[in-house]
Amino acid sequence: MNSIIQFTSRLIRGQSTSTDVHKFNGGVHPPGYKDDSTTRPIGTLAIPEKLILPLRQHVGYIPKIKVHVSDHVLKGQMLAEAEGSVSAAIHAPTSGTVTAISKEVIPHPSGLPDMCITLTPDGKDTWATLQPVDWRNTAKKDLVASLRLSGIVGLGGATFPTHIKVRADGKSHVHTLVINAAECEPYITCDDMLMRERADEIVKGIEIVQYLLGAENCVIGIEDNKPEATIAMSEACKSLANVSVKAVPTLYPSGDARRLIHLLLGTEIPHDKRSTDVGVQVFNVATVLAIYRYFAFGEPAVNRIVTMTGSVNSPQNFEVLFGTPLQSLITAAGGAKADTTHFIMGGPMMGFDLPTIDVPITKAANCIIAATPDLFAPPPPAMPCIRCARCADACPVNLQPQELYWFAKSDNFEKARDYNLFDCIECGCCTYVCPSNIPLVQYYRYAKSEIIAADKAKEAADLARERNEFRLARIEREKLERAQKHAERAASAKTDEPKTEGEKPANTMAADDAKKAAIAAAVERAKALKLAVAHAEGQINNSQEETKATPAEAQSHTNESAMAEQAKVEQAVTEQAKKDKQALIAAAIERAKAQKLAAAQAGVAPKNIENISATVQAEISEIDAIREKVKQTVDAKNSD
Amino acid sequence: MNRSPYITDAPTVSIIMLKVLLALVPGIIAYTWVYGGGILVTLSLATITALVSEAILLKIRQRPIRPYLTDLSAVVTAWLLALALPPLAPWWLVVVGTFFAIVIAKQLYGGLGYNPFNPAMVGYAVLLISFPIIMTKWPAPLMLAQTKLGFMDQLQFIFGNVLPAGVKVDAVTSATPLDYLKTQLMLKHEVTSITQAPIFGIFGAKGGEFVTGAYLLGGLYLMQQRIISWHLPTAFLAALAAISLAFYAVDPAHFANPLFHLMSGASMLCAFFIITDPISGPTTPRGKLYFAAGVGVLTYLIRVYGGYPDGVAFAVLIMNMCVPLIDAHTQPRVFGHTK
Repeated sequence: MNSIIQFTSRLIRGQSTSTDVHKFNGGVHPPGYKDDSTTRPIGTLAIPEKLILPLRQHVGYIPKIKVHVSDHVLKGQMLAEAEGSVSAAIHAPTSGTVTAISKEVIPHPSGLPDMCITLTPDGKDTWATLQPVDWRNTAKKDLVASLRLSGIVGLGGATFPTHIKVRADGKSHVHTLVINAAECEPYITCDDMLMRERADEIVKGIEIVQYLLGAENCVIGIEDNKPEATIAMSEACKSLANVSVKAVPTLYPSGDARRLIHLLLGTEIPHDKRSTDVGVQVFNVATVLAIYRYFAFGEPAVNRIVTMTGSVNSPQNFEVLFGTPLQSLITAAGGAKADTTHFIMGGPMMGFDLPTIDVPITKAANCIIAATPDLFAPPPPAMPCIRCARCADACPVNLQPQELYWFAKSDNFEKARDYNLFDCIECGCCTYVCPSNIPLVQYYRYAKSEIIAADKAKEAADLARERNEFRLARIEREKLERAQKHAERAASAKTDEPKTEGEKPANTMAADDAKKAAIAAAVERAKALKLAVAHAEGQINNSQEETKATPAEAQSHTNESAMAEQAKVEQAVTEQAKKDKQALIAAAIERAKAQKLAAAQAGVAPKNIENISATVQAEISEIDAIREKVKQTVDAKNSD
Repeated sequence: MNRSPYITDAPTVSIIMLKVLLALVPGIIAYTWVYGGGILVTLSLATITALVSEAILLKIRQRPIRPYLTDLSAVVTAWLLALALPPLAPWWLVVVGTFFAIVIAKQLYGGLGYNPFNPAMVGYAVLLISFPIIMTKWPAPLMLAQTKLGFMDQLQFIFGNVLPAGVKVDAVTSATPLDYLKTQLMLKHEVTSITQAPIFGIFGAKGGEFVTGAYLLGGLYLMQQRIISWHLPTAFLAALAAISLAFYAVDPAHFANPLFHLMSGASMLCAFFIITDPISGPTTPRGKLYFAAGVGVLTYLIRVYGGYPDGVAFAVLIMNMCVPLIDAHTQPRVFGHTK
């Protein structure tokens, strides 16, 4: 019955029933505007007068700064090293002097300043000693460790540290590597141009990633509006038996990892699983090229291809050093036209307004669009929802956006969650087709941030309650121990052994204190990590590339430290037990408690509390700021 | 801040409503041909009443008037009600019905997008219950009438309830086929002999079936324009055909054939224009099928067993009540979820 309905539906809609690719629900066909920036080859920029390198250019923990102001550094030298597992290093994009380590405005929707390293180039562009890696004759473990130093992150926009994605998790075998070259957003052509010009290097990168993952097959998915790139890639991978190029229909958002996997392989990744759980890993085409450059020449991540388009005189793709001021890029593209009002980073479907023109190009910057009121007219005032369900027809996740809108608008967040709000990828298809001009995605962003904030608050409250219970238990226990000591003292006074008397209690107390400190530390870390995980999850939802790895990765990483923690506690307890028979009973109770605590927070505890707490704090205030703005917009819309 | 997407490509609410109005034009032309120009007067009356009462209510509710008047939703309601009323309905009937539809059924519930019931059908039901005699007295199609009323005669009748000298009411009215069928069946006649009466056409009512056919044309245009999805009309017509076929197959002497039901009364208007009101209908594809099938079955049952000749209005209103339930239980499978 369902298939008949589907068939009839397709017939009526005039869609083909091609079995070559596996279609997902909905999707939209925005005009591409890609030809604007593909008429010229990838250009280069002169080394700018200064480079501003934000520490936060990727998903995860911010890296640790390794240089000081006025240090002279060489091109490719590491300026900040990856801290913790989910983190990426920052390298000097050219040789020069570190002139500032300060807070600068970064290209982020919040418009808030963040820590940056400012480098003043010496113009010589001198490389540091580079160390290519013979990847065919190196252990995979060492290759992954080496990648951790490369600073390479997903260049499709998700900026997830690459070394995490090639690391074997020991659970599932990745059999298929999917190369995301769909580039479905309008205007963006950086991947297209990269494939046209550097297909050979990309294919060499594919070989490396396939080797690292142990993936037998590789499918390169390219939207069928890029015939030149498709030909170039097909040509380049002709000699490789298990690598194939597959054209997918030009249908936004085919470049979303889960949608692309479904298109290419027919596999629907369960909503609560990562693609690697079903044996698939996704890499952006530019990321693969960066991996090749790193292993073949030892070049870390110092530049990327950026599409500079929109209302500029000569739209073009450029190879841009990270940290390059946006102004230099605009100048290289012939300057912005007079009616340019602002700049958008990313595409018109998922991008965001840059807070100012004084921001640097970062690892996430795949495209900058000079915006004019002509190109992106301000939306007309929103009308009420007429429940036409065009949004539901367009939703690639098959959600019911009109219901989610209703729940988000009425602050009915539980219901929104029930209707799978967190499966929303914020692709914007619903807003794109809405006859009432309702900014639907903004309502979802608002609802998500509200729910995440509420969850955090709840978690904090739970933690406080747990702590209080622990404290009460400790007070109770200390009381017992004191009574015990008095009893012992009284007993020993009778048996006339004053020598050991003083030592015993002191030892007990010391062991106690160590234990308390250890447990408190464990609790502290657990809390920080929970927040970090929640934060990472929030970011993942924004990403187009496969990034579901974050929370689980963070978990597996922190399992070890949690276990070490538990061992420490147990050791302390054991020592104490040796000393005193009575204490043994107390210790047993204690151990049970500690284990309970550890079990409750299994797999949660980061390595550097200070850093993370600060990060998380910043993140929270950031989210609050965004939420406030969203609220204002929503209020403004409502008052219409 | 993040305010993407920056681009949209959607017809505005006004455009959607305009296309619905456009799709009604063939039906109106056929209607004028069959029943005379009086319907144009009724349509104008309903339109003016709808716009004026909407404007007044928006003013009272302190809402911007211009965007809500130009969304044309009030005009669609007005036209649907006008086309559902008997031709040559007195002017006050049109005004009262439209006023009720716009003020009570739409604006008092919160205006565009918030009305749980189809406003035109609420207006129709109120009139049907309040003025059953006027609401069931239909003029004969011009091709059957003993005396053909000219446009000016119709105008006089609508506003003054005056017929030209010497013309009696019976000379210009006749029973509708649905009504006639029902009363004749009660008099123990059989369907085959009943349908020999001159008021029956090839499929449904003589004359009326042309209007119905024109609605079908307009409906196909709406589907082609993707203003309405195929689910609602298809499920409604299929359900109506299926249930009438079942009864007809068992007892053809006492139950009319499916084609008669499809082409009579407000079937086509309902299939393409009334149940396709998105605001008071379900949003999920499966929900639309259930909703429309429910309207189809109820329409048939009310026609055959109910006290009114046609059952569309009540069937739609009853199913409107079920919409939240239908929506809640027909949520489609989300990508990556098993159920």
